[in-house]
Amino acid sequence: MKLTLKVWRQQEAGASGRFATYDVDGVTPDMSFLETLDLLNENLLARGEAPVAFESDCREGICGSCGFLINGVAHGGRPGTTVCQLSMRFFEDGDVLTLEPWRARAFQVIRDLIVERSAFDRIVQAGGFISVPVGSARDGNAILVQKESADTAFDAAACIGCGACVAACPNASAMLFTAAKLMHLNTLPQGQPQHHLRTLDMIAAMQNEHFGSCTNHGECEAVCPKGIPMEFIGSMNHDLITAMFRRRRERPPAPDVGKQPYHEIEETGSRSRNK
Amino acid sequence: MARPAANDELVRQSGYVPERVRRAHAGNPILALWRALWDSIIGKKVIMAVTGGVLVLFVVGHMLGMLKTFGGSAELNAYSMFLRQILQPALGYGGALWFIRIVLLVCVVLHIAASVELTRVNQQARPIGYNTKRVVETTFAALTMRWSGALLLVFIVFHLLNLSAGVAGFAPGTFDPLNVYHNVVAGLSLWPVAAFYIVAMGALYLHLEHGLWSISQTLGWNTTRNVDTAKRDSRLIALAVAAGFASVPIAVLAGWIR
Amino acid sequence: MSAMLDGGIPSGPIEQKWGRCRFEMMLVNPSNRRKHSIIVVGAGLAGAAASASLGQQGYHVRCFSFHDSPRRAHSIAAQGGINAAKNYRNDGDSTFRLFYDTIKGGDYRSREANVYRLAEVSVNIIDQCVAQGVPFAREYGGLLDTRSFGGVQVSRTFYARGQTGQQLLLGAYQALEEQVGTGTVTMHTRSELLDIVIVDGKARGIVTRDLVSGRVSSHAADVVVLATGGYSNVFYLSTNAKASNCTAIWRAHRRGAFFANPCFTQIHPTCIPLSSEHQSKLTLMSESLRNDGRVWVPLKRGDKRPPNDIPESERDYFLERRYPSFGNLVPRDVASRATKEVCDEGRGVGPSGLGVYLDFAAAIARMSREQVDEKYGNLFDIYEKITGEDAHAVPMRIYPAPHYTMGGLWVDYHLMSTIPGLFVAGEANFSDHGANRLGASALMQGLADGYFILPYTIPDYIASNHLAAIDTSHPAFAAAEADVAERVRRLVGIRGKRSPDSIHRELGKTMWDLCGMSRSDQSLRRALAKVPELREEFWNDLRIVGSGEELNQTLEKAGRIADFLELAELMCIDALDRTESCGGHFRVESQTSEGDAVRDDEHFSFVSAWEWKGQNAPPELHKEPLAFEYVHFAPRSYK
Repeated sequence: MKLTLKVWRQQEAGASGRFATYDVDGVTPDMSFLETLDLLNENLLARGEAPVAFESDCREGICGSCGFLINGVAHGGRPGTTVCQLSMRFFEDGDVLTLEPWRARAFQVIRDLIVERSAFDRIVQAGGFISVPVGSARDGNAILVQKESADTAFDAAACIGCGACVAACPNASAMLFTAAKLMHLNTLPQGQPQHHLRTLDMIAAMQNEHFGSCTNHGECEAVCPKGIPMEFIGSMNHDLITAMFRRRRERPPAPDVGKQPYHEIEETGSRSRNK
Repeated sequence: MARPAANDELVRQSGYVPERVRRAHAGNPILALWRALWDSIIGKKVIMAVTGGVLVLFVVGHMLGMLKTFGGSAELNAYSMFLRQILQPALGYGGALWFIRIVLLVCVVLHIAASVELTRVNQQARPIGYNTKRVVETTFAALTMRWSGALLLVFIVFHLLNLSAGVAGFAPGTFDPLNVYHNVVAGLSLWPVAAFYIVAMGALYLHLEHGLWSISQTLGWNTTRNVDTAKRDSRLIALAVAAGFASVPIAVLAGWIR
Repeated sequence: MSAMLDGGIPSGPIEQKWGRCRFEMMLVNPSNRRKHSIIVVGAGLAGAAASASLGQQGYHVRCFSFHDSPRRAHSIAAQGGINAAKNYRNDGDSTFRLFYDTIKGGDYRSREANVYRLAEVSVNIIDQCVAQGVPFAREYGGLLDTRSFGGVQVSRTFYARGQTGQQLLLGAYQALEEQVGTGTVTMHTRSELLDIVIVDGKARGIVTRDLVSGRVSSHAADVVVLATGGYSNVFYLSTNAKASNCTAIWRAHRRGAFFANPCFTQIHPTCIPLSSEHQSKLTLMSESLRNDGRVWVPLKRGDKRPPNDIPESERDYFLERRYPSFGNLVPRDVASRATKEVCDEGRGVGPSGLGVYLDFAAAIARMSREQVDEKYGNLFDIYEKITGEDAHAVPMRIYPAPHYTMGGLWVDYHLMSTIPGLFVAGEANFSDHGANRLGASALMQGLADGYFILPYTIPDYIASNHLAAIDTSHPAFAAAEADVAERVRRLVGIRGKRSPDSIHRELGKTMWDLCGMSRSDQSLRRALAKVPELREEFWNDLRIVGSGEELNQTLEKAGRIADFLELAELMCIDALDRTESCGGHFRVESQTSEGDAVRDDEHFSFVSAWEWKGQNAPPELHKEPLAFEYVHFAPRSYK
């Protein structure tokens, strides 16, 4: 089949971009969406044009590298599917598809469909861990974990950090991502000693990255390739209220990465965005 | 748990270092909690949920009270008098009513202030929008919260000037502060006023449809198992409240009560 | 033939070797640790675990990843689980049994001492991961659940649904990010290693290219750790991630690190078959499917009837027929080879004829559809997502695919390569799996290396060597940087016609056909003629659009393929040299009349470690003899 792709092209961070229209012929239903882009890139290369830059790695929906909007829906809108797993049999000959990168202040476009998602790493750095120096752990069976807690923790831990929740959210909020990591660790008995600290720190970090706030639209859970439910956002809010009551501390004065100019961050290798 | 950073150079290079030293607010713990809530985007949501909850309780009560219009002049006016006499003589005439009014005013102010702040944050979170964006799960009500809220604010101001103070929508001398029934019928007999009331109740429906279950979502009471029920219930309650209110101007316009 | 290599195995009884070795190692005073810097390349299980552990100890660690975040490393895709000799099931497991199974599974081509150590620390790994919050499967009593996996007879595999690798990687990632947050580890993302810098015979730094700006820069340190994974992508189509590559280990090899057993590659039998010419990778389906699925092909050649129309009498359940006692559960290498044979006979199924059926009809009839779904539901979903077929109604089609490479840089007992100060961990080294890796062992090895071995052996190296303070102003750095810049310039300047992918595909097909599941003297010689031709073509006819000073994914691919083109040749040389069949390496000349592999313990009980001798000189073979004191040679038979 033949498709028309309108793809966002942008040379580098801060440059102005535009949509370019390409026809791709010879797409077969057993290809994946990214293989269609591979085919487009082979054609572009043959014509001496720069291929479309997009991220992908495992191509089996687990690494979280890939992702863009297809006709306005993150990951293309098939339930539980990332673009790398999206089969072309869901498209028809002659379809016109618009491909756009994730858009958020925290996710700077660095080329074509690639955005910088290091903000997620910094949220995890703030508290998304259980402090346990290597070698000091007790026997695995010394900690009893209710099966229900283990299952809930797993549901939350299934997050692949692709950023679709932020992209789909009308407010560019990262609450589903942050809530998933918090619920993974806060649900388990091992995570209890750092429960409040983690909740306060991660939410503060999320806010410092200039993500938006949640207005309960549910767009995030609708596009989440791992089906992480909004329920976790509610639980996160609940944990935050508890932590505030219990600790009565202000949010941590973390440095505001959003205000650092792009080139300064770039030198450190953990770049974020300009302005 | 916190280990000293290797050196300043490293700290700078690592991009982001969560400052683990946290100052407790000196002084009043309530104030400290308040500031913590207000400084957090989730805290502001919590403030919106709690104030929204109070306002929902009010509209439900107010709607039930207004249904007494159908019981006739005596019943509605007696109810109006009852409201002024709550907790008498502990509080003076109208004291409880004023207390409620102040609480409601504070709630409305906080609710709006928090929503304005959050809207600003949300708009800044995506400075460059999408060329093409489709929504998948959200509802018309959720997408129009700001507009239904703004309309309700306009409506509330008008409503207070109209039926509470009698300074708008009434010809001079036709408003009788203690004859509520008369005021309702007289005020709503003007069709543009009645129409505005009915439109505003549509906005109230939309605002409550999304707002009601959002309260329990924001406060963390929802689970995946009960969220559908919560959404259905909030739709039913919103419908009941809006229809209950709207029944009065409709009845007046239709001439069922006069 | 040069001198024998020495792995530096400590003396003493096997169960005391690691303990003794740890005691004898030198330590670094805590206040001195921050003066020493360590570069870790790769942030998968081994790299993240090593960075986090060494950061916790107080060293100045710099971790490099070419991904946008350390959480993307391909360890994340491991499905099945992680072995540990906990014996929670009271079913006869022990450290010794895990050691024994791994040696035997590796077809007697791994080092006893290393494998024993792996089995020994396996129990600590589980404890560490549980404490970190890895949500392992639990029983209703709150205890850890285990399952039996990969054909072993004890239930020692811990798992987190079908996503164990993801959960373990996230555990290591979280520990790493904690250290980044406290400032002991500096994370360099989107930075690809392009060379190793050697000063006075010791590894003292690396040269990287920033994948966004294209800037080439140097980084100096006291120790360099490579944890950069395996090289299955030499076959182009494999279950590895698209970006998985051999560049780091190959650059190190060219700088003097010996490459061990490059021909030991594992082909996984249960992958979704190739369906289109544009296919970019193969998807693995968990091996556990073979517990209940029956593998078959039609008896007649070229039988194109739909599977459900083929009567029972015209089906050949070839694994059950050939291996009556193990049936569908024979090890990976055996199942893969048998599959290939029936397809070569022309009895393969599916549009390409490269596939066999994995049939669940009998399992559904025996148990119930619900029970089958409970065990394999997510795999059926993956299959349906990719192929659009419902495996409840029609049999799945599967075909083998390259999956893991047991070969890698040669390391001693301390995981140090032949370049002093260059340590290699995880799949990138050759150490523990011999000629064939057992299921659920890769995660174990990556974490063992990162959490429990390098944090001892690296301080020992630092404490026992005088490491002069140097920085990137040393001329060796400038020279390496110039090499890298020249190479980038050369790649961009070819301006030919062929895309990197088209050459990679051709290389992959060559390697798959000639140096894949079965290898012969003739096929390997053909490959050895073909690969250099392809390399020639690559360097003369490559097309890259754009420059080296921007984000250029074509250039990234080309650089990796250039190294695959050199490694491929070494793989063939090694495969040609090893005229026995063992594990993943099957030489058609060395088999029984029934087609089973024949090992030659008399002549090949050694590790082949190859030394780079320059672009136009053949590599030199060094041998490390393997002694088996605790597990005695026995043929592997699954009849």
